[in-house]
Amino acid sequence: MSASSAFNDEKGGSSSVGEPEYGHDPASGGIFSSDYKRHDDLKEMLDSNKDSLKLEAMKRIVAMIARGKNASDLFPAVVKNVACKNIEVKKLVYVYLVRYAEEQQDLALLSISTFQRGLKDPNQLIRASALRVLSSIRVTIIVPIMMLAIKEAASDMSPYVRKTAAHAIPKLYSLDPEQKDQLIEVIEKLLADKTTLVAGSVVMAFEEVCPERIDLIHKNYRKLCNLLIDVEEWGQVVIINMLTRYARTQFLNPNINESLLEEGGSGDKTFYGSDEDEDEDEEEKEKKAEAAAMAKRKPYVMDPDHRLLLRNTKPLLQSRNAAVVMAVAQLYFHLAPKAEVGVIAKALVRLLRSHSEVQYVVLQNVATMSIKRRGMFEPYLKSFYIRSTDPTQIKVLKLEVLTNLANETNISTILREFQTYIKSMDKDFVAATIQAIGRCATNISEVRDTCLNGLVQLLSNRDELVVAESVVVIKKLLQMQPEKHSDIIKHMAKLTDNIQVPMARASILWLIGEYCEHVPKIAPDVLRKMAKSFTNEEDIVKLQIINLAAKLYLTNSKQTKLLTQYVLNLAKYDQNYDIRDRARFIRQLIVPTEKSGALSKYAKKLFLALKPAPVLESPFKDRDHFQLGSLSHLLNAKAGGYQELPDWPEAAPDPSVRNVEVKESVFTLLERVTTLTSVPEWTKCSSREKRKEKKVEKPFYTDSEGESGPTESADSESDSASGSESSSGSEESGSGSESEESKEASESEEEEEEEEEEQKKKKKKDLKKPVQESESEQSSEEEERKHQRKSKPRKSESESESDEDEESESESSQSESEDSESEAEVKKKKKTAESKPPPKPLKKESKKEKKEMSLLDLDDFEPAPSPQVTPVNTFLSNSLVTDLEGLSLSDSVLSPATIAPSSALKSYELLHRITGEGLSVEYCFSRQPFSPDANMVAVQMQFTNSASSDTKNLHIEDVKLQSGMRVKEFPEIELLPAGETATAVMGIDFCDSTQAANFQLCTHTRKFFVSIQPPVGELMRPVFLTENEFKKEQGQLMGMNEITEKLTLDVKCRNEHAIVQRVTTAANLSRVPCGSDKECSPPVPPPDYPVHRFAGRTVTSGSLVLVTVATKEEGAAQLTVNCEKMVIGTMLVKDILQALTQ
Amino acid sequence: MTPCRVNVKRWQAEMIHSLFVINHLGDIFLEKHWKSVISRSVCDYFFEAREKAVDPENVPPVLQTPHHYLISIYRGKLFFLSVIQTEVPPLFVIEFLHRVADTFQDYFGECSESVISDNVVIVYELLEEMLDNGFPLATESNVLKEMIRPPNILRSVVNTLTGGSNVGETLPQGQLSNIPWRRAGVKYTNNEAYFDVTEEIDAIVDKSGTTVSAEIQGVIEACVKLSGMPDLTMSFMNPRLLDDVSFHPCVRFRRWESERVLSFIPPDGNFTLMTYHISSQNLVAIPVYVKQSISFFEAGSCGRLDITIGPKQTMGKTVEDLKVTVHMPKAVLNANLTASQGNYTYDFTTKLLVWDIGKLNPQKLPNLRGSLSMQTGVPNPEENPSLNIDLKIQQLAISGLKVSRLDMYGETYKPFKGVKYVTKAGKFQVRT
Repeated sequence: MSASSAFNDEKGGSSSVGEPEYGHDPASGGIFSSDYKRHDDLKEMLDSNKDSLKLEAMKRIVAMIARGKNASDLFPAVVKNVACKNIEVKKLVYVYLVRYAEEQQDLALLSISTFQRGLKDPNQLIRASALRVLSSIRVTIIVPIMMLAIKEAASDMSPYVRKTAAHAIPKLYSLDPEQKDQLIEVIEKLLADKTTLVAGSVVMAFEEVCPERIDLIHKNYRKLCNLLIDVEEWGQVVIINMLTRYARTQFLNPNINESLLEEGGSGDKTFYGSDEDEDEDEEEKEKKAEAAAMAKRKPYVMDPDHRLLLRNTKPLLQSRNAAVVMAVAQLYFHLAPKAEVGVIAKALVRLLRSHSEVQYVVLQNVATMSIKRRGMFEPYLKSFYIRSTDPTQIKVLKLEVLTNLANETNISTILREFQTYIKSMDKDFVAATIQAIGRCATNISEVRDTCLNGLVQLLSNRDELVVAESVVVIKKLLQMQPEKHSDIIKHMAKLTDNIQVPMARASILWLIGEYCEHVPKIAPDVLRKMAKSFTNEEDIVKLQIINLAAKLYLTNSKQTKLLTQYVLNLAKYDQNYDIRDRARFIRQLIVPTEKSGALSKYAKKLFLALKPAPVLESPFKDRDHFQLGSLSHLLNAKAGGYQELPDWPEAAPDPSVRNVEVKESVFTLLERVTTLTSVPEWTKCSSREKRKEKKVEKPFYTDSEGESGPTESADSESDSASGSESSSGSEESGSGSESEESKEASESEEEEEEEEEEQKKKKKKDLKKPVQESESEQSSEEEERKHQRKSKPRKSESESESDEDEESESESSQSESEDSESEAEVKKKKKTAESKPPPKPLKKESKKEKKEMSLLDLDDFEPAPSPQVTPVNTFLSNSLVTDLEGLSLSDSVLSPATIAPSSALKSYELLHRITGEGLSVEYCFSRQPFSPDANMVAVQMQFTNSASSDTKNLHIEDVKLQSGMRVKEFPEIELLPAGETATAVMGIDFCDSTQAANFQLCTHTRKFFVSIQPPVGELMRPVFLTENEFKKEQGQLMGMNEITEKLTLDVKCRNEHAIVQRVTTAANLSRVPCGSDKECSPPVPPPDYPVHRFAGRTVTSGSLVLVTVATKEEGAAQLTVNCEKMVIGTMLVKDILQALTQ
Repeated sequence: MTPCRVNVKRWQAEMIHSLFVINHLGDIFLEKHWKSVISRSVCDYFFEAREKAVDPENVPPVLQTPHHYLISIYRGKLFFLSVIQTEVPPLFVIEFLHRVADTFQDYFGECSESVISDNVVIVYELLEEMLDNGFPLATESNVLKEMIRPPNILRSVVNTLTGGSNVGETLPQGQLSNIPWRRAGVKYTNNEAYFDVTEEIDAIVDKSGTTVSAEIQGVIEACVKLSGMPDLTMSFMNPRLLDDVSFHPCVRFRRWESERVLSFIPPDGNFTLMTYHISSQNLVAIPVYVKQSISFFEAGSCGRLDITIGPKQTMGKTVEDLKVTVHMPKAVLNANLTASQGNYTYDFTTKLLVWDIGKLNPQKLPNLRGSLSMQTGVPNPEENPSLNIDLKIQQLAISGLKVSRLDMYGETYKPFKGVKYVTKAGKFQVRT
């Protein structure tokens, strides 16, 4: 320490010699030129009675410190002012004190009493600031005083003082590590603190003093998870990092399941095999066997606490603070089930817009992640495209990511991008690009030739760096696949005639020499040519010619003996001594003479040793053994103080250690609510608290229920959580009530209205509930299982609740009368639901049933923009509609209401028979309105059990969705006997996007990851418009919302019927009657070339989708799509275009 | 004494140890240590790296030295270099350093050497409050402003006469409340809330005019001057547009998740309410097209340049402040061009061609053409330079995002509310 400060002195002193120090400082007039004099003057000022003079002096001193000048000799004068009344003088004195106390320990002690007095001040802020400064003074003698002060402050009334105490802990620890045990006591106490203010600071202290004492966290785990969102951002980072480590020690690897699935039985064995070696008492073993059995039956169940952590950190991905986002991202990467990690990609990509330093760090981490989880970033490929204005280091990292993301499907786009990069002016970057191409070529065999050819072309580049790099990469590629050598080497040999860049020539010669055995005919010829031009070559080329000659002489001395002699003779008289030396050396080595020593025997071994193929792999490979986002990861080296991320335990430690007594939390809840009701934010907190309580309670009950209990409850827990984070189960009801609460608190005027609405809601809920329940009961009638029934109604109930919410929202804008109508509707529905046949023959009667549904939900299904939609239309059987479809004459108003070509429903495979181990699932978009929720697309699934055994409990779990999307699961299929087929309908709200809905299809034995991705045409439902209305709407959807394409109709598709058929098959639209042409539009289209119009609305947002197919002569046509949603528009154009042209 | 051992242990406990601020000439003009002093000589490693990287942006943000780690950011021609001794998330430090620079900007209007030197005492006081023992303490500008008042001319005059201080007499309550971003007792005579929706288009356009990638980065900046404790709710016509969002801590995330509305108690004054991202998966409207041909001839060592810009998808709005910047290859000596509209400049030393067009007139498309004189004897550049486009469209959010309403609860007065939209070109690049 003293050494460094001495150095500082020196430096400060030397740089200040003769320099009018304060010339820059506006506060001082630059009067003082000498150090000593100035300091005298400052001392004088500090001794004066006037605060203004003191302040002035202190300001100058601080300015000195800031510039790194030594001001230590002023210590006595300054420390006197520690008790100064003026708050700014005081603060500046503190600054000085903290800076120099370590050097002047004895004098520093003079100030201690002031702080001790401050610690007793009634004002919490003064207490805090006294503790802060006291703990910052690094003087060993006062350790006991500090210890006492910290202990006292840790139980202070004010959370702010407690926070300061938490900050003081690591300071004291660094001053005197002996105090560790006592400090841990304080940390333990502060960890139990329930305020967000303290949480971050104390965890920071924990991390620095006793990161190994993970047991201290147990009791506070759930609290930390729940407080997390309200902790200040820096604290969040520390807590999340700590919890990541904690979770790794306490929970099971959520991806065990998958590795088991992947590896089959053998994986099972290896996993559990390892712990057999260890000596364990029998109980322990039994438990493990049980766990293994459970793993087989229901392979993995996430601890609810694990789920809690994942759920509570997820919102923080939206933080404005890049460090917080990164912390959550690494948490998900290290802790989340594989299928859920994807959510972090979006947030990380967002960070790429931030400052370049942030980009740098994020890209490093993305590079590591993209090796392990390539799929995660694939959708964001374009976000990693490189701009010429990016700094080189960013470019190189982006290149790395692009290379990692390259696969068979996107390689062509990536290579096209690389093509652009190669022309860049930034040569370092070009070199990196060439390497990247090389890596792509090694990883993806399909493009290897293309890449090689491209690289070979680069050999003629004017820039040597580019050439050198390409040669290196080509060389590596060639070394990897020896069988292909000859072709490329031949090709390269031919290039020697054209390529003039010496470096390139030299490299080619090396390659030919190295692989001369593969090109036995060409190599001597090349040597012949080279021998001819030897004298005109550059030095490096000459050296390689000699090399080539030597290698050829050793392998094919018959043909090349003379040539080699000739070359060596030429080299012997070369101007360059290096070449002369080389020639002499090689001659001695390869040409056997009496004098040549033992070495010549090994000449062949020397020259033709097998050179190891260089490995082309990402420098980011395996970097994820460092915790992501850490400094160690960035440097790829362990930094001091780095805490290893532990491996997952093989069996989860007892989860009950995290249980907290419920009473306590109720108490604190009350306390918090009563003290801080004025801020609406708190209502949110309290409800969160409540929720937390629920979770706290759960394990209690389930534990007492016995063995099968925990798995069941854990299951439903995780189910509701992943169901869609926000919109299901207790979670939803919680947030719902939360928002209501806060509304109630703030909108006093609107309370009445709300009450009314709520009453309505209740009413409807009451009406609707029986329907839902009866449905679910029916489905479970076949096989009655107690616990399932228990969970079922609960689920359906909560779902109906959330449905309610949605509806009431949309309905608020509608009129009263409609409300009552819908109520009537609901009643009707209830009736029919009751009269519905039992669900077993679901499939066979599905058609009829569907029709009924559509009739019932007419209201939901279409908000009826035109009065012409009469329910009569929907009564028409599908076949009739299709019949009429062809007949849509100009005067028919009846026919086109809804043309749903149900006959042509395309079905897609969800689960193949083989992967499903006998269970195969197909789905199709039935194009029927989904009755429970009009905003959902109905997906009809057909399960076929072709296995020899029955399949039980078919249901959906773990639904993974893009934000905003929702799923209404189909009722569980209790039993699917072997050889039977069953059908179920589920609803998915795709949010008008073609994003896939991912979920697990579970049977009683297995889980399958499946996804449903809708073609864009299924995201809409038909709507009836007259031509006038159509044109009016179209007029409002011009400009960007309109997309026009010209096309040539397929030969088979030139009549009206075919066009209508094809369009309606491609998209769920209805035909707009074209009879009314005359009445509205002056430019009547010639009757030979009719215009077909189709209309629909997107299912979720109800945006209009208008499609016009205007035919022209000879099959030419123009397709126009008008849609507010441009994405849907463009995709639809593509789909229809394809339908019409094929 | 066994100083080494002890020191290693002792220094285990801090995040950010020291901060050095360095100007573009490599002078350290400010240093602050939160723990024991670390010699300036540690910066030599940084200077070495700085030397190696030609451009300041190319200095690696994280450097490893034998005993320390250096994490630096480059802001406003200044390097903020922090010294770290142990493991710490690098983004944590980077984010904090940027927050420091932001705070300076906020206090002094800019973040430059002269301003920092002039206000060195305030800077020091700020740093003292922002970091305690290397751990961030108060980084909210509202909290800081209550503790340390920003300088203004009148106060500094009064202070010099009376010996008054610019340090707040009381410590801020914000630090203690659950909403640290807002101070209590705010009062305005005119209550107003303005929101600026700014969208930037990041795009790469191909030589042939096809869009290689396009994204929209949006930000909602707010200037809220409302008395008391207003609770605001902002809802959008089309919230589903927003692909990815990040919020100021004041925004209640659950409300957003469930209802897609922004509900928040705003900080007082200017702040960034949210930023959002509309990714390349959505279709992004490109407001202008560029027709360009830049060619260099082998003979005569000259080149030709012809650029025309026209409107593409402007939604009927006028494109303003149109500007084209071209980084010319080194061999280009001079440009002899004529612009049908606006002015162009060519900086010989930086090889920067800037064509300032102004308003885009769809009737008469702006064109820049002429010849480029090249250095003789130097091979022609292989790559044509890419064009960077700047533009602005007022009253339009190109993504189509619209604020549908802003409601205030918790207070009884009627505030004045306003929303402004503007679209700009972000990193808008046309490859040639």
